[in-house]
Amino acid sequence: MAILAFLAPINFIDSLLLKFFSEQTVNYVIWPFIQIGAVVTITAGWVAYATYLERKISAFMQARLGPMRVGPWGLLQPIADGLKLLVKEDFIPENADRWIFFTAPYIAVVAAFVVMAVVPFGPDWAVITDVNIGILFVLAVSSVGVLATILAGWSSNSKYALLGALRSSAQMVSYEVSMGLSIIGALMFARTLSLSGMVGAQQSDAIWFLFYQPIGFVIFVISGIAENNRAPFDLPEAESELVAGFHTEYSGFRWSLFFMAEYSAMVVVTAVATTLYLGGWYFPFVFRFTEARGFHNLYVVVSLIVFLAKIGLLLYLYFWLRWTLPRFRYDQLMDIGWKWLLPASLINIVVSAIVVFVLQALDGWHGMHTIDSIARGLNLTASGKAIAIFFGFGNLFLTAGILSLINWRSRDFNLKKQRRKIRLVDLPKGRPAVVPTGSADVSEARP
Amino acid sequence: MHQVEIATTQQSVLDAPEMTLNMGPQHPSTHGVLRVVLKLDGETVIDLDCDIGYLHRGMEKIAENRMYPMIAPYWDRLDYIAAVSNGLVWVETVEQMMGLDVPRRAHYLRTILTELNRIASHLLWLGTHALDIGAITILLWAFREREEILKIFERQFGARLTCHAWRIGGMPNDAYDDFESDVRRFIGNIGSRLDEYETVLSENRIWLSRTVGIGVISGEDAVAIGLSGPALRGSGVAWDIRKSRPYAAYADMDFEVPLGENGDTYDRYLVRMEEMRQSRRIVQQAIDNLPDGPVNAKVPKLIKPPVGDYYHSIEGPKGEIGCYLVSDGTQQPWRVRVRPPCFMNLQALKRLCIGHLVADVVAIIGTLDIVLGEIDR
Repeated sequence: MAILAFLAPINFIDSLLLKFFSEQTVNYVIWPFIQIGAVVTITAGWVAYATYLERKISAFMQARLGPMRVGPWGLLQPIADGLKLLVKEDFIPENADRWIFFTAPYIAVVAAFVVMAVVPFGPDWAVITDVNIGILFVLAVSSVGVLATILAGWSSNSKYALLGALRSSAQMVSYEVSMGLSIIGALMFARTLSLSGMVGAQQSDAIWFLFYQPIGFVIFVISGIAENNRAPFDLPEAESELVAGFHTEYSGFRWSLFFMAEYSAMVVVTAVATTLYLGGWYFPFVFRFTEARGFHNLYVVVSLIVFLAKIGLLLYLYFWLRWTLPRFRYDQLMDIGWKWLLPASLINIVVSAIVVFVLQALDGWHGMHTIDSIARGLNLTASGKAIAIFFGFGNLFLTAGILSLINWRSRDFNLKKQRRKIRLVDLPKGRPAVVPTGSADVSEARP
Repeated sequence: MHQVEIATTQQSVLDAPEMTLNMGPQHPSTHGVLRVVLKLDGETVIDLDCDIGYLHRGMEKIAENRMYPMIAPYWDRLDYIAAVSNGLVWVETVEQMMGLDVPRRAHYLRTILTELNRIASHLLWLGTHALDIGAITILLWAFREREEILKIFERQFGARLTCHAWRIGGMPNDAYDDFESDVRRFIGNIGSRLDEYETVLSENRIWLSRTVGIGVISGEDAVAIGLSGPALRGSGVAWDIRKSRPYAAYADMDFEVPLGENGDTYDRYLVRMEEMRQSRRIVQQAIDNLPDGPVNAKVPKLIKPPVGDYYHSIEGPKGEIGCYLVSDGTQQPWRVRVRPPCFMNLQALKRLCIGHLVADVVAIIGTLDIVLGEIDR
């Protein structure tokens, strides 16, 4: 009922708007503004409640209760936190570069929020705009976030902040490389750069690209975590070493802007990972039971919920890793980026290209039929899917083998083998300083 | 001429000088108010200097103006994580100078409670060490177990942290009614809990890469610097005062001493984990064989040790904590000197850290298990 009550007004608002404005104004100005407003509001609300969720999840992992005091089960805690941050003093260090110090948080937030414009939250009206180079737009704009980190660290005039900024620039730049390369495999199957087009490709193929591209998915998620500076890659803000890293000197609402940027960047990365590898808003049978029977808006809303659920699963993975794993060291982080993830993503590109080539070559060979059509992505027949999945999972072993060949001489290669046991020694007992019989002659011990 | 000037300016811009980084005294990972002045080349530590004394309270001087029983509470504030062990070294020193006949039951209770304190101290070390390296959850888990020990302390001594556990000649009072069942329940749980912590850390790739080969010190160097306790045994030196010069009831106990091989952070981690298991074993034996009887010796009204000096040391959680006491035959000591394990262990910091990265400095401070209250006294 609630969903139906929510659905009816959409057409109603549309017809109402059309009475006042021309159709083009409504479609290209007013509706986008409504969508942008909805997305920004929901994302900001999500950021607030993601902190609550993270605190709760971490609390349950750590045998605690988490926030319980403000509201029922502490549900109003994010609001209390937000109010506290609003009224806190906006402190600026004496020798800070004021203007850069002021603008850095805004750059971070804008870079993180603008990307939401192209994320396909669902079909039809649930996407703000469908850019035909959507994935490039995401990569380009989200990498602007590095700038905010560097500027914040530099302008603070603090050594901890500077070290944090240096680390983050190195980290984000090196992980962006493997992140960008890891998606190429999926693009070969999707045959488009548009994010909605990728979902469409997976929908018409009725399969998630995760099965074609398991390596690509793993690389993308790992680099995504590193790109967002989340544990175990949270070196720029490693609180036990660098106090708070690049935002050490920030306080109050400016600090919370960095916080919002971090959480909305997490949403963006998980949303792109979902779109690319987990089928986006596509879920089996949803189309058949809604759109095919004429419930268009229901179809959009259910797809929206599916998409958010998939994002939620990936975000839970983020939280889970953060509260479980220790932190990498700076040089180890670089090792993983350049010696493991980068070669793995290059191997993935080569193998994906070979898969696509093999599928094309096999199509029509001795009456085999592998490719259905290439209109909406690479649509494969059942035998084509089997071949692609076989290559995809075979690629796991191939990549593992090649990476071992590359890295077998490095110190961190086989740490578990290097693990040692300690000896347990039963030392001989010396002359007691105190005799526990209680009746001993202690006088000999006296000077 | 102009060209040359540009060249020199560029040179001065590109010539990166070493950076001095003040770590502490307000820093989340220096375990209190330690200030470490790091000289960094990029992130590599090329020189390091420790600045201590932010928590100096003049304990040894205060002790010269107090009567013997009044000094014991000050000793709790040395290493406030291990107040029970600190208190023991003071009362045993005085008892031995005076030749007091401490009852057997008191010795056993002292053994149980100091071993529980050792577990509590090592749990706190485990939590903070893991927190320094970035594993946050372990801290809360370790505190959950430590809480059980602190509850026992609270019921027994009336305080959780600075217990003022002992009196010269025995104990202030006998064990409380449920003491035995409480201790048995705790040692029943702690074994599986320790296994749980080890599954999270010991084979964790990140943990291994952060600790194996970090802060290596050879056995000879460790002896030369004066390390003691787990930091020394991690380098493979077999030295444990509970074995070499048993005090309390350790002469009756059957336990083994864990020794590392390479003297790196990982070895020290394993040694401490195993020490907790051995402590559990000792507590088990002591609680099984807990004798009956009084818990106090006959102590004279005025405590006046004979003229002379005496040194006694015990194996505290951090290492050898000793007390050198010079008496002039009055009610107040003439001079008291503490042999602080953390102070000695901290000396190794420079040798362990140079050549490592900033992140390793934090790990190494954690592995030395320092408490500033004892270093600064």
